[in-house]
Amino acid sequence: MGPAQKSAAAALPRAFRGPGDRVFKYAIVGLSSAVVALALVMAVVIYIEARPTFKAFGYLSFLTETTWDPVKAVHGALPFIIGTFVTSFAALALAAIPAIAVAVFTSEYAPKWLAAVINYTVDLLAAIPSVVIGLWAIFNFAPLMRDAVYMPIYLWAEASAPWLAAMLGAPSTFNMTTGTIVLALMIVPYTVALSRDAIGQVPRDQREAMWALGATKWEVIRQAVIPYARTGIAAGVLLSLARALGETMALAMLVGNSNRLPFTLFGPAATMPSLIINEFREAVEPLHYSSIMAVGFYLFIITIGINLVTSFVQRKLYMGRGMV
Amino acid sequence: MDTIDLRLKGDDAAAEAGMAGTGVAGTGVAGTGTGVAAVAGMAGATELTGAAANARAALAAGDELRMETVGLSVRYGTGNYGIRDVSMAIADKRVTALIGPSGCGKSTFLRSLNRMHDLAPDITVTGQAFLDGEDLYAPGMDAVLVRRRVGMVFQKPTPFPTKSIYENVCAGLRLVGVNKKSTLDEAVERSLRGAALWDEVKDRLKTPGGSLSGGQQQRLCIARALAVEPEVLLMDEPTSSLDPNATIRIEQLIHELKEQVTIVIVTHNMHQAARVSDYTAFFYVGELVELSATKEMFLKPREKKTEEYLTGFFS
Amino acid sequence: MKLRTRFLRDRLMLVGIGLLTALVVVPLFIIIFYVVANGFTALDANFFTQELGSPARAMQGKPTGLAASIAGTLLIDLAALAMALPFGIGTGVMMSEYREHPFAPVARLMVSTLNGMPAVLMGLTAYALVVKNTGGFSGMAGSVALAFVMVPIIARTTESVLTVTPWALREAGLSLGLPRWKVTLSLVLPAARTGIITGVLIAFARAAGEAAPLLLTSFGNNFLSFDLTKPMDSLPQRLYSLAISPYKQWHELGWGGAIILLLFVILTFFIGRVAVARLEKRMKG
Repeated sequence: MGPAQKSAAAALPRAFRGPGDRVFKYAIVGLSSAVVALALVMAVVIYIEARPTFKAFGYLSFLTETTWDPVKAVHGALPFIIGTFVTSFAALALAAIPAIAVAVFTSEYAPKWLAAVINYTVDLLAAIPSVVIGLWAIFNFAPLMRDAVYMPIYLWAEASAPWLAAMLGAPSTFNMTTGTIVLALMIVPYTVALSRDAIGQVPRDQREAMWALGATKWEVIRQAVIPYARTGIAAGVLLSLARALGETMALAMLVGNSNRLPFTLFGPAATMPSLIINEFREAVEPLHYSSIMAVGFYLFIITIGINLVTSFVQRKLYMGRGMV
Repeated sequence: MDTIDLRLKGDDAAAEAGMAGTGVAGTGVAGTGTGVAAVAGMAGATELTGAAANARAALAAGDELRMETVGLSVRYGTGNYGIRDVSMAIADKRVTALIGPSGCGKSTFLRSLNRMHDLAPDITVTGQAFLDGEDLYAPGMDAVLVRRRVGMVFQKPTPFPTKSIYENVCAGLRLVGVNKKSTLDEAVERSLRGAALWDEVKDRLKTPGGSLSGGQQQRLCIARALAVEPEVLLMDEPTSSLDPNATIRIEQLIHELKEQVTIVIVTHNMHQAARVSDYTAFFYVGELVELSATKEMFLKPREKKTEEYLTGFFS
Repeated sequence: MKLRTRFLRDRLMLVGIGLLTALVVVPLFIIIFYVVANGFTALDANFFTQELGSPARAMQGKPTGLAASIAGTLLIDLAALAMALPFGIGTGVMMSEYREHPFAPVARLMVSTLNGMPAVLMGLTAYALVVKNTGGFSGMAGSVALAFVMVPIIARTTESVLTVTPWALREAGLSLGLPRWKVTLSLVLPAARTGIITGVLIAFARAAGEAAPLLLTSFGNNFLSFDLTKPMDSLPQRLYSLAISPYKQWHELGWGGAIILLLFVILTFFIGRVAVARLEKRMKG
């Protein structure tokens, strides 16, 4: 609805704003306010459930405490925050370039039929439930990685570079690296989708201008197409990051669930969502329960934060450029 | 490189030369009148039909040949021809204007001069296009190289919005690996001066290319094209999207530019052609109808169709 | 840089980009292959008709299956959908048809926030709201959690579909003297129904695959139950438990369940694509 239509709608003669209209409007407003309220309710409810922990430990020290021991009733969120950030950013680092490559390939190089197949495949990947991917990874991917990749590397490091071996850690089947790799695969489709859209919207005359300067195909892509599409690509990358931070099931199944820092590359770790899944059902102690809720609360904050960063970045890159 | 020594033709020869473009193989070069054209063959040129030779004949004495096409056709798939069997000559360091009604093929012809049609998968180009005697469509000739030597400015100004003014101008140079700051600085200043934009932007070279007015943006695109020092500059209706003031500035610029670079300009505005060009080519339904010195074409067009177009019979 | 180097780089980039694309595309087929290969044998009659029971049952070879999970999924998800539909579509209508209302931009902000929320947080919220106040895990709590997941998706897709329907449609209705609510209800919504249904389908498929919220609310049930007020089993949540269990027979059941979920997801994916393609054709034609 453009501005003209908006004012037309608002200027409807009173006769038409009968009881039916009012009732309907109230219904619509009511339904939407419930949805608006939902986001607020989530924050409030989780916070209330988490309050005992905040009272016991304080906001800051809960954030920086590294021990999570339900038995000793000491709870600190730091291991999980570290685990979440490390796995998410590492997965993003792994996923970003391949994802942009897929978007470039389907938009610029592939024949139409191949591009369609690839796009369908990538979009379908995003729709596969996280549990199913976790199931496959538990039985197929994780053991394979441990035997074929981690073990040989670790054994070599033990023999030739002990300092490296200490950093890598003794390989367990379910560890941070396997979780990160699978996470990377899962977040690729989001970057692909938004990058694909952005690249598709680069105007033809931008490309032609680059061609006319005597550029090769790759140079046109790199110098004219990708820069123009960078807002959309950035949005895609941020969306992937947001999904990575919140990814629950596959990581819960793969990351090894160790609550103790330091995490090693080949050793088990934990993330905020994986903690919630792993310990919530068994959390009998009120402090244990409220601490899990507190971790959930911080996850909520982080998610909101990432959303804010995304819209800020989009606005900053967009203004005054006349670009996608 | 051999040069061609052409004398001014007499009227009858001019009438015969008017047959150029109709695809009729002439009876050799129209060489009547005072003096005979000593047509020294250009290196690599094949047997010229009458049409091509007649095109050359349209060039005035003292003007050298820079580019020419022989039987150039552009076809869309197996269907229509964009241009058909066009044989044309383009004089060095002169402005040649291409005019004609919409859809006559003038832009199609222009784009074939820097092999832009290569980018479209279903277009076939046949015939030859020579730059300094080299066939641009020869099998071993690479389109990327062609486009370095034959630059192009488009109808809508297209500065790269993510690059600064400086980087916009450098864009073509960076492609060939020129990275030394001093070289680039010098090239940027030279090109911006050449495009009559230097004084306006010299204090804000690092600001984004999109922050200029329409006319300035077009001059930026001209500077960008000039930076790689092309031999020929193609301009596809460069002022259609600009306001009258900006248009005048660009037309002035063209007058100055032609001392450095050969210019071929497509324009839908015949008055612009009259103001700006030394030679004019009139295209109609994909064929070259007439190529003459601009003054001659506007004062005394040889072909009836040309006259009808110039007098506004159709546009 | 020499021209030949540039051309070499051009060629190299094509190869590199192609390889990276293959790296991304191939795993999906590997996953589908392994799931089908491993779960295919588990899909016998018992699978669909027997409840899970205790681990002993499976280990002793007695008939066992995921009937409880399948039935529970249907019950919980359909209940969730029933709850989510009015709120989701209503909010979509607000964002599209009542743009002048001060609530509209707020709704848009909240919907986009909710769309980015990890489902596990919805589970925590539903636990605190429902489970804590009703005294125990229940299928209904799971439905509430899944409804929280569905609503933002339905709202977003409904808004985008309604925005695309031509303004002329509303104009026609209004000029006939129809009140605004009738225009929306009997003209605009029916015109957009394909898109809305597609959006609902997408939301349903998304929610049907979510395990995290259900693990925290409906908890799971090894035995067949149709009582939404008690713990109830569902496929994704059960898949997780089976996968991390130490029993080989249960792993096999897990693969079978994964096939069911995969089939459902792929089916809805393609139905959604076909519907969107047909919609776009109608818009253009």
